[in-house]
Amino acid sequence: MDFDLTEEQRLLKESVDRLMADAYGDFEKRRQHQDNPQGYSPKLWAQYAEMGLLGLPFSEAEGGFGGGAVETMTVMEAIGRGLAVEPYLATVVLGGGFLRLGGSEAQRAALIPAIAEGSTTLAFAQIERQSRDDLFDVATTARRTEGGWVLDGAKSLVLHGDSAQHIIVSARTSGQRRDRHGISLFLVPADAQGLSRRGYPTQDGLRAAELLLEGVTVPADALLGAEGEGLALMERVVDIALAALCAEAVGAMEALHELTLDYLKQRKQFGVTIGSFQAVQHRAADMLVALEQARSMSMYAAMMAEHPDPAVRRPAIAAAKALVNRSADLVGREAIQLHGGIAMTMEYKAGHYFKRLTMLVSQFGETETHLHVVAAAGGLSEAA
Amino acid sequence: MELRYTPEEIAFRDELRATFRSKIPAEIRRKVSEGRHLSRDEIAEAHRILHAEGLATPNWPVEWGGKDWTPVQRYIYTEEVQFNAVPMPLSFNVAMVGPVIANFASEEQKRKFLPPTASLDIWWAQGFSEPGSGSDLASLKTTAKREGDHYVVNGQKTWTTLGQHADWIFLLVRTDPAAQKKQQGISFLLVDMKTPGITVRPIITIDGAHEVNEVFFDDVKVPVENLVGQENKGWDYAKFLLSNERTNIARVGFSKEKLALVKARARETPAGEGTLWDDVGFRHRVAMAEIELKALEITQMRAVAAQRHRAADKPDPTSSILKIKGSEIQQMATELMMTVAGPYAAAMPGHSHNEPPVGPDWADAVAPQFFNYRKVSIYGGSNEIQRNIIAKAFLGL
Repeated sequence: MDFDLTEEQRLLKESVDRLMADAYGDFEKRRQHQDNPQGYSPKLWAQYAEMGLLGLPFSEAEGGFGGGAVETMTVMEAIGRGLAVEPYLATVVLGGGFLRLGGSEAQRAALIPAIAEGSTTLAFAQIERQSRDDLFDVATTARRTEGGWVLDGAKSLVLHGDSAQHIIVSARTSGQRRDRHGISLFLVPADAQGLSRRGYPTQDGLRAAELLLEGVTVPADALLGAEGEGLALMERVVDIALAALCAEAVGAMEALHELTLDYLKQRKQFGVTIGSFQAVQHRAADMLVALEQARSMSMYAAMMAEHPDPAVRRPAIAAAKALVNRSADLVGREAIQLHGGIAMTMEYKAGHYFKRLTMLVSQFGETETHLHVVAAAGGLSEAA
Repeated sequence: MELRYTPEEIAFRDELRATFRSKIPAEIRRKVSEGRHLSRDEIAEAHRILHAEGLATPNWPVEWGGKDWTPVQRYIYTEEVQFNAVPMPLSFNVAMVGPVIANFASEEQKRKFLPPTASLDIWWAQGFSEPGSGSDLASLKTTAKREGDHYVVNGQKTWTTLGQHADWIFLLVRTDPAAQKKQQGISFLLVDMKTPGITVRPIITIDGAHEVNEVFFDDVKVPVENLVGQENKGWDYAKFLLSNERTNIARVGFSKEKLALVKARARETPAGEGTLWDDVGFRHRVAMAEIELKALEITQMRAVAAQRHRAADKPDPTSSILKIKGSEIQQMATELMMTVAGPYAAAMPGHSHNEPPVGPDWADAVAPQFFNYRKVSIYGGSNEIQRNIIAKAFLGL
C-alpha cells in the first residue's frame, strides 16, 4: 500500500502545475485561448508537446514516455485545476488509448509521433442521436467494398471533433442497432470525402461537433482493431477516459474548494467574515469530505483503469465515476451557494468550474448509468 | 502508487481470519452479525480467547503485551475483527484506559493494572460524559476533593456503556475548580466500583436495550495512589485517549460485513415475481452504499499510509472525515437492512425461547439495531463537532 508519487511523477506534477499556472493563472487568458478558431491555443498545445505531455502514455520505443494511469491522473488533475480547454482527453487519452490498445503497427507509426509532437489531434465519435451513453447502440454503418469501407450515419457531441485531424468512428459492420457484436472502429481523416462537421462551443467552454457521414470511403487499413469487436476496445478505452475524468474532476473540485475558502475568509457581512458562521463552516467541511472521497476513488480508478479483465475493471471504474459525480455535484453547487451572487457572474471563475463539473458528470455516463453497471455486476465488494 | 496489500499482508490477514473463525464460537459471531447484544459472559469469553491468542491488545507497548505491527497490519487487524463479526476486545480496557496507564501511570500502577486489564480480569467502564457535559466535555462538574490520603468524589456520570458489568471505572474529575481554563483543573482517577457511595442506574435506550447507565458518586473515597499521572493534567490524558483509536473510527469492516449480509438476505427475500435483489431501485441503493464504503476504505488507507510521514502524537486530519463518513455508511447499512426485513422489522416477539419467530429468524434484531445505530453519528464527537474541527483545524475558518 503506497499512495506516494515517485520522484519522476512528482516532477511531472510540478511541471504541469507550473504550466497551468502560467497559462491559466490569470483567468482572462482562458478567454483568449478560447477565442482561437479551434477553441484552444495552438501555442499552448505546442508547449504541452515540448514538455512531453502529449507523448506521455506511449511506449518509449514509439517516441513516448511510457507513462501509466497515475501519470495521466497527475496531468488530468492539473488540467482540472487550471480549467484547461486543450483537447488532451480527446487526443491523448481517448485517441492515444485506441492507438495503444487497438492500433495496427502502421497506424501507430503514422500517428503516435504526430500526436506526441503536437501536429495531430484526434477525436472519438461514438454518440448518436438515440444512443445516449450506450457504446453498443450504433446505427452508423460501414459497408465493405473492394479495397475499403463506406461509412454512412451521423455522430453527435464529438468532443473537439471540429478541430481534430483524425476521427475514430464507431460503425456497425454487422448485426442490429443494439447488438453488442458487429461494431467496428475506423480511423477517418477529417478531410475525407462525404464527411461534414458542424462545430460549436459547449456549456463548459470546450468545443464539440456534429458529424454527418455520407458515403465516406476509407481504405481497408482504416479499420482500427478487429472487425466486429469494437465494443470491447471502446469499453477499455472509455474506462481509461473515465479514470482521467475522475482526476480532472478532483483537480477542479480542489481548486473550487480553495477558491471558496478564500472567499469565505475575505467576504464580510454583519461586520465579520462569512466563514465565521457555523452554517457556512459545516457546508465547507462537507465539501472537503466529498472532495477527499472523490480523491480516493480517483486513485482507485487510476489503479484499475488498465485492468484487462472487464468483469473486474468495469464495476470498479463505474463505481469511481458514480462517486466522483456525486461529489462533483455537491462541491459545484455548494461553491456557488457559499459564494453568493458573485459566483453567478460570467466574470468570476467559480461559475466556470461549476459548469465544467456539471458537464463532466454526464460525460461517458451519468451517475445512474454507472450505478447500474455496479448493481448489474452484483455489487462492488465481490467484483474488485 | 499501489493500493493493494503485499503478499505478506495478505498472508497476515488470512492467518487472522482463520484464527478468528476457528477460535471464536460461531454462536457469538452469529449474534454479532445479526446485531444482537451480547451477555457479559459472551463478551468476556471472546475477549479471553483473543487474549490467549495474543490478539487482545496489539496496540499496546510490546513490553505490556502489544505487537510490533506496522500501521497497515494494525488496520488489517481491526478490519478483520469487524469483518468476521468478532466482538472487539473490550474497548474501555484495550483502547482507552490501557494505553493511558501504559503511557502516563506509575510503574506500580502499570504492574497492578495492565495485566488484569489485558486479560479482562478487571472490566473497565468509562466515566467521562455527564448530564451537562456532552460535546462540551471539559465543562464536567464531578468533583474530587483532596482530604488526606484520599480524594472524595461527588457528582454524576452518564452514558456509561456496560457499566453494569464493570469492576472499575476511569473518571475525569475536577480537582481545581479555580483553574483559569476549564481544561486545566481536571484529573484522571481510577475507581473501584465496589467503593461505598457509587450507584449504577440503567438507561434503557430506544432499542429496548440496557447498554448504558448513569453512575452516581456520593462522597466516594478514592485513595490518592489511584490518580494517574499528575493532578490537573487529566485533560491531556483524555485527549490522548480520544485520539488513540483513530484506525477504528471508520469501522469499514463492520459496514463491509453488514452490506454483505444485506445482499445475501435480499437474495433470499421474496419480492414481486422474484427476490428483493431483483429490484433495480434497491440494488442501486446497495451499490451506492458499497461505492461510498470503497471510497472510505481508500481514504482510511491513505490515512494509515500517511502515518509514516507524520509524528505519532499529531492527530490525523483525516479522522474527522472518517468519523463522518464512517457513521453515515454504518447507518446506511442498517437502513438497508430495514428495507430487507420490510414488514417483519415491526414484530417484537417475546424473549422466551419457545416462541416462534415472526418472519425470518433474524428480523427481530433489525429494527433495534437500526434504532441503536443512530448513536454512531452522536458519540465520539458528534458529526457536527467533527465538521467544526474540519472547519477550524483544516480549513482555517
